[in-house]
Amino acid sequence: MDRLRRTMMFVPGNNPGMMADAHIYGPDSIMLDLEDSVTVTEKDTARLLVYNALKSINYGDTEMVVRINPLNTPYGKKDIEAMVKAGVHVIRMPKTETAEEVVEVEREIERVEKELGCVGRTRIMAAIESALGVCNAHAIATASPRMMGIALGAEDYCANLKAQRTPEGDELRLARETIVVAARAAGIDALDTVYSNLNDMETFRREVEFIHRLGFDGKSIINPRQIEVVNEVFTPSPKAIEKALTIIAAIKEAEKKGSGVIAVNGKMVDRPVVIRAERVIELAKASGVLTDADLQ
Amino acid sequence: MSSIKERAAEIRQQAETLNKDVYAPEKAEGKNPEFRMDLQSKSPKLTTLDEAIRRSGLRDGMTISFHHHFRGGDKVVNMVVDKLAEMGFKDLHLAASSLSDVHAPLIQHIRNGVITSISTSGLRGELANEISRGLMEKPVVFRSHGGRGSAIANGDIHIDVAFLGASSSDPLGNACGYSRSENAKSICGSLGYALPDAQYADKVIILTDDLVAYPNTPNSISERQVDYVVEVDSVGDSSKISAGAIRDSKNPRDILLAQTAAKVVINSGYFNDGFSMQTGTGGASLAVVKYLRQSMIDRGIKASFALGGITAHMVKLHEEGLIDRLIDVQSFDKVAAESLKNDMMHKEVSANEYASADEPGSAVHYLDVVILSALEADTDFNVNVLVGSDGIIRGAIGGHPDTAADSALSVIVCPLVRGRIPCIVDEVTTLITPGNTVDVIVTEYGVAVNPRRPELAERLRNAGINVVDIKSLRDKAQSIVGEASELPFGDKVVGVVMNRDGFVMDVIRNIVD
Repeated sequence: MDRLRRTMMFVPGNNPGMMADAHIYGPDSIMLDLEDSVTVTEKDTARLLVYNALKSINYGDTEMVVRINPLNTPYGKKDIEAMVKAGVHVIRMPKTETAEEVVEVEREIERVEKELGCVGRTRIMAAIESALGVCNAHAIATASPRMMGIALGAEDYCANLKAQRTPEGDELRLARETIVVAARAAGIDALDTVYSNLNDMETFRREVEFIHRLGFDGKSIINPRQIEVVNEVFTPSPKAIEKALTIIAAIKEAEKKGSGVIAVNGKMVDRPVVIRAERVIELAKASGVLTDADLQ
Repeated sequence: MSSIKERAAEIRQQAETLNKDVYAPEKAEGKNPEFRMDLQSKSPKLTTLDEAIRRSGLRDGMTISFHHHFRGGDKVVNMVVDKLAEMGFKDLHLAASSLSDVHAPLIQHIRNGVITSISTSGLRGELANEISRGLMEKPVVFRSHGGRGSAIANGDIHIDVAFLGASSSDPLGNACGYSRSENAKSICGSLGYALPDAQYADKVIILTDDLVAYPNTPNSISERQVDYVVEVDSVGDSSKISAGAIRDSKNPRDILLAQTAAKVVINSGYFNDGFSMQTGTGGASLAVVKYLRQSMIDRGIKASFALGGITAHMVKLHEEGLIDRLIDVQSFDKVAAESLKNDMMHKEVSANEYASADEPGSAVHYLDVVILSALEADTDFNVNVLVGSDGIIRGAIGGHPDTAADSALSVIVCPLVRGRIPCIVDEVTTLITPGNTVDVIVTEYGVAVNPRRPELAERLRNAGINVVDIKSLRDKAQSIVGEASELPFGDKVVGVVMNRDGFVMDVIRNIVD
């Protein structure tokens, strides 16, 4: 795990007030948007605003992501050039359908990075928002060594699929599972789509619990109020941490004795169980609920 | 046995000794045989506004007073001052518990010389704009709510005639901020800021939009303090009692501030069973209650009382059994006003019982935690809640300095910047609440603890709260919005800020465009 990405908060790139202090709420990543939340008449202003936000605002150690316009629009290349120059951490590609699109974006990024002398600095993530994109998920995830994650964009995907949106999200099941599997196979992160009803925090929590069970690394969010819920779901409980610590201690003890399989509280513990336990500890440390001092 | 005739000489003798006359039945008034129910809606005090003013003996140069329990919905101040202007009064001193946006018509009465001086807790809107620009010759005198109560009690403010709006009154003047009749037109709840006026004014006129039959009990203001009762169409628009400074926020920054402030309270060492609390106005400080609630439930902690401006949030906690008593000098919304009317454990108090520095029994002395908002705070922890960063008066002192001074823990919730205005600065535009009474300042970029309270800083740090130096917050604000240019103040003093003990604390100069 190179870093925590429990929450990626969407902030419209044409709203300076929201951009100015988005980091104070403590999202793991902030995605400044140049695409859907910006009208055609404001594309240039938004690009300029986001460029200056990245240059002048101290976002601390928040990961900064910018969603660019597609390369087949008049804005895509300009977006990449400005954002790479501003030092953005990640370029997020919207509506990605093929690996070739990723390669094309990578080429543009590299061209600008060469000018600047910082080749390899900028990473890429791709939003998958169509049936074709889901079919090509693994190819997209492995299209560039710069790829850090893939994400589901549910609204466009459902429109493309001719599916109905439901609160339960049954229509998204295949896409979600495909994306998690593709991301894991590629060794990158999987991020879930947004949930846009801010007045229904109960359904939101159920959805976050569901995608957490599916294996996602985090969720796209649209409001700071959603952060607490996601963090609660993704942060290991004290009980889970204690269990993980017991397993790791037991396996260490077993390894000393030269045994690969042990039993903890009457249940068999083998390699996969240990890997999950290690991930719990890693998440707990990254979330700040467990310190190295606690592990001594 | 002796008859009264036989005792006549002795009766006369005792009357002489006591310097009294001897009772003469033929001179005594006869009994009134009227059905008493018919009397219940009559009284010699009941009259018109003109007549009440005339009979009150009001003359040019005197002091009139008002309360602000209807906040943005108040109709009494404008109605009465219009009438006084019509009757030809001049040079009056208007001593209100506070004034707001709705009192813009006073500008005309100031220009015409009807009102020549003002004492208040605050000013807002067009009236505040004009006064900031030098409308009045005499500076406005600003006092805290506790400070006003003390000033009325000790004679610094001598009220000649008090005009007090009430949501119900009987013809004798037993009056309330609510009504129990079917004809109720308004409700404002507590009349706490009107009670010193009722007690100390030379003459008291009750204006009511629901004249009810005697006895209007339980009552806030007693008939014994009332000289005249006037029935009017409306004393105030109750839908606006929660307007102005009171907001229930969905703003994520307010929520973040509220959550942080709640964490501060919970880890302060004062969050113990039986603690007492108060929240000021402003979205964030009001919202803190919501976040404290869950921790109170989780830890089995109950508050002995909540004080001050009482809100629906506080009422909810009280009704859930989390707060034992509510002590209410001002009801901040209709839910609070209704609760005051119906709940015996929800007690109305006067401004003096609430926050006077002169009364050892005032409630603020028994207050553990107060959460307050601010327009600005500075690196010495001084707070300004009255004058905007543009130099224009736009707020009210309220109980801010009273509660900060007397509570065990004062927490100021203040965003680091508002738009392009820095709120943590080198020196506040106007000094309202002195830094030595302010313990913690909560911003969205970190929490600053007054160096006078090192034990508090340690507790908060141990709880994982981001405790930072106040100067680093000032620097951060400056790095975001840049250095502010100096305000264009003129040479005229338009306001004087009194501290709660009656000392002059600061002056406000006029602003030049």
